[in-house]
Amino acid sequence: MTNHVFASSVTLFKKLQEVMAAMPKVNGAYIHGYGGYVPRFRIKAAEIARVWGKDEKDVPIREKAVAGLDEDTITMAVEAARQALTRAGVDPKKIGAVHVGTESKPYAVKPSGTIVAEALGISNFITSADYEFACKAGTEAIQTIIAMVEARRIEYGLAIGADTAQGRPSDALEYTAASGAAALVIGGESKDAVARFEYSMTYVTDTPDFWRRSYERFPMHTSRFTGEPAYFKHTLTALKSLLQENGYKISDFDYFVFHQPNVKFPLTVAKVLAIPNSKVETGLVSGIIGNTYAACSLIGLVRILDSAKPGQRILLTSFGSGAGSDSLVITVEDGIESKRNKAPQLDKLIARRKEIDYALYIKMRDKIRGVQ
Amino acid sequence: MFVIRIPRYWRSKGFRYRLEGYRCEKCGHFHHSPRLVCRKCGSRSIRRDRLSQTGRLISYTVVKSSTPLFEQYVPYVVGVVKMVDGSLVVGQVTDCDPEELREDMQVEVTLRKIRVDGENKLIQYGYKFRPVIE
Repeated sequence: MTNHVFASSVTLFKKLQEVMAAMPKVNGAYIHGYGGYVPRFRIKAAEIARVWGKDEKDVPIREKAVAGLDEDTITMAVEAARQALTRAGVDPKKIGAVHVGTESKPYAVKPSGTIVAEALGISNFITSADYEFACKAGTEAIQTIIAMVEARRIEYGLAIGADTAQGRPSDALEYTAASGAAALVIGGESKDAVARFEYSMTYVTDTPDFWRRSYERFPMHTSRFTGEPAYFKHTLTALKSLLQENGYKISDFDYFVFHQPNVKFPLTVAKVLAIPNSKVETGLVSGIIGNTYAACSLIGLVRILDSAKPGQRILLTSFGSGAGSDSLVITVEDGIESKRNKAPQLDKLIARRKEIDYALYIKMRDKIRGVQ
Repeated sequence: MFVIRIPRYWRSKGFRYRLEGYRCEKCGHFHHSPRLVCRKCGSRSIRRDRLSQTGRLISYTVVKSSTPLFEQYVPYVVGVVKMVDGSLVVGQVTDCDPEELREDMQVEVTLRKIRVDGENKLIQYGYKFRPVIE
């Protein structure tokens, strides 16, 4: 009898495990508003190649976005968050958390989130922190806000990814390190939500592919680790684990958006997983704005939300050096149709383009020393 | 050299960050800083209020010779903007070359770096105007 009860319990437990595995890991966290920001200045990669005597045929992207003299991570975060709040139609006083993911915070010690919150008229009774995980910091902020909403600690939270990425003059990163921001207002279930988080998967390891020590102006990177052991390993492991654990297939998704340090890497991931390019191209913007680091995959998501239809499913996979990837399954909800046009679409920000040469670029990015 | 002291700047951050000030409930006059008595009509009925985030550029000038505080931004534009409620606000106009400017153009409020304190490196943020992104 005892054995029989034990065997039944084990069977029940196994069935429960199967059901649990098939259930969405994220319960009750929705995107209520979204916003993306791209500064208006652009420098062509060919112009950087000209200065450093490289062949312009070898450049990894066409051009990148450059923050203006009066812009930084905080001002761009405010721009994106303002759009997200406008689309959400949420009273800023209902926001309970402002978390900013960035690797280019203007202060080594002084939170960016408090300035963002004050600028937007958000309550002073909030949690606020800056997250650092290289280019994955934005999705780390999202994961925390999702958890706070799921636990009902807050009604709404603001997750932001923003960067004015640094690249050492003449370094390979200088061609792509760009500026931009994206923000999501995340809250509980509502009939006018923009999208629903269904599932998340994170994979991290200690990998020496890219770092910047305190007091260093520019990051270091080891080319040997950049591709296979860092970007591809983490992106593919997080993504494949998510698919295997929850039984999704590539064909279950209408859009894929990856971290995009260049154009080649995300397209290679698509090729490895046999994802049609048509499902990747909408969210692939690094060719025309560069690698916006913590904002990168989120800006791709913003561009997808600008045209996605209710019911469509998006798989977003970020990557941050150091290293790790967050993979998120997001399903578009009915609210997208009424909220999409409450703020400018990303393509309008990208179209507001003013080309600069290398001299103006180094002035704007504070690469001329001796000038305040 | 003229310096904007940190406490003074911090006290005015409501207006500098959000165009938030104090409006007379009797005559509607908007004050940038806290007041007990309306400067225009003398009423003591004053409430906190926030200006609209858009307006029209009614006049501007291009600054080519600036104080050392804003030297790196030269040439930059300073404009007078008529907000939706009729209040006039003076501020820099950014994201726009002087030749693109025209009077009566629609502008919106954006948060930008105003300057970095040379001595202690504190960044002073504040509103600027820019052409409306539609």
